[in-house]
Amino acid sequence: MKKQEPSTTAVLPNGSGAAAILSAGIGSFMLSFFAIAADKSAFFKNLFVFYKPTGPLSGVTTSAILIWLIAWGILEGRWRNRTVTLARINAVALVLLGLSLLLTFPPVAELF
Amino acid sequence: MEITERSLWTLIHGMGFGALYLLACSGALVELYRRYFSKAANSVAPENENFLKVYLVAMSVLAWLAVLTGAYIIYPWYRAVAPVGTANLAAFPQKLLQSSPATSGWHSLGMEWKEHVAWLTPISITMAAAVVIRYGRDLRNHPQLRAAVMSFTLISFLAAGIAGFFGAMLVKNAPVEGGRTIHLMDGE
Repeated sequence: MKKQEPSTTAVLPNGSGAAAILSAGIGSFMLSFFAIAADKSAFFKNLFVFYKPTGPLSGVTTSAILIWLIAWGILEGRWRNRTVTLARINAVALVLLGLSLLLTFPPVAELF
Repeated sequence: MEITERSLWTLIHGMGFGALYLLACSGALVELYRRYFSKAANSVAPENENFLKVYLVAMSVLAWLAVLTGAYIIYPWYRAVAPVGTANLAAFPQKLLQSSPATSGWHSLGMEWKEHVAWLTPISITMAAAVVIRYGRDLRNHPQLRAAVMSFTLISFLAAGIAGFFGAMLVKNAPVEGGRTIHLMDGE
């Protein structure tokens, strides 16, 4: 027996999607933030060496991924069954993603 | 015909995962547009909904494999420290690039950007896959979710393109070589 398609009247709340979108923006931004921190500070450079052959890149990426997943879990728990103001969340997430793209560009990162 | 173990891993990382991701991503962008943005959006049969979900999950796997092999298998060979007094830097690609002003930019701009920007790809496409899996056909009722999925997929394509371009140029200027030699076939 075929599964019945959800009708257009029973729309899923957008909270779950919003949680995924915002956390991806946060994770991306944290990646560029940690990359700059590791580049500018000897303390963070050493702190982020989780795996010596890969150097600080291992800690920068692992930390950003952990923050992304934790943020996703928290937001999912809070918004799963809610309808949220997605326009503002989308804007924030896209700004964070755009900033992360910009901040990973070495000439821009060098400005800090 | 022979290939070194490190060259083989570079091929698997760049051509196997990276280039395949770029090809798949262009397809995903077309499919997302066709399903959710074009006038023909309602023509997608309900039974074909799973196709896009499986496709995006496969892309996420490719993206994660690309960054993980890059960071944990190839990058350590790339950044290996040459012993003091080493004259032939062929086995130390980063040092080889930095040894000449004509090539140092491939490291200071190319690798420095590539090693970080590449990670935006798996994060973005995993998010896109998760949203499509969660909402499926219901995405038609969420224009802002669709817009975000499309935007993040586009950025993942851009980030993978930057990483791919610099990866190819780095291999041209300072290939990661060495390790066991794999004999593929005899010559004539």
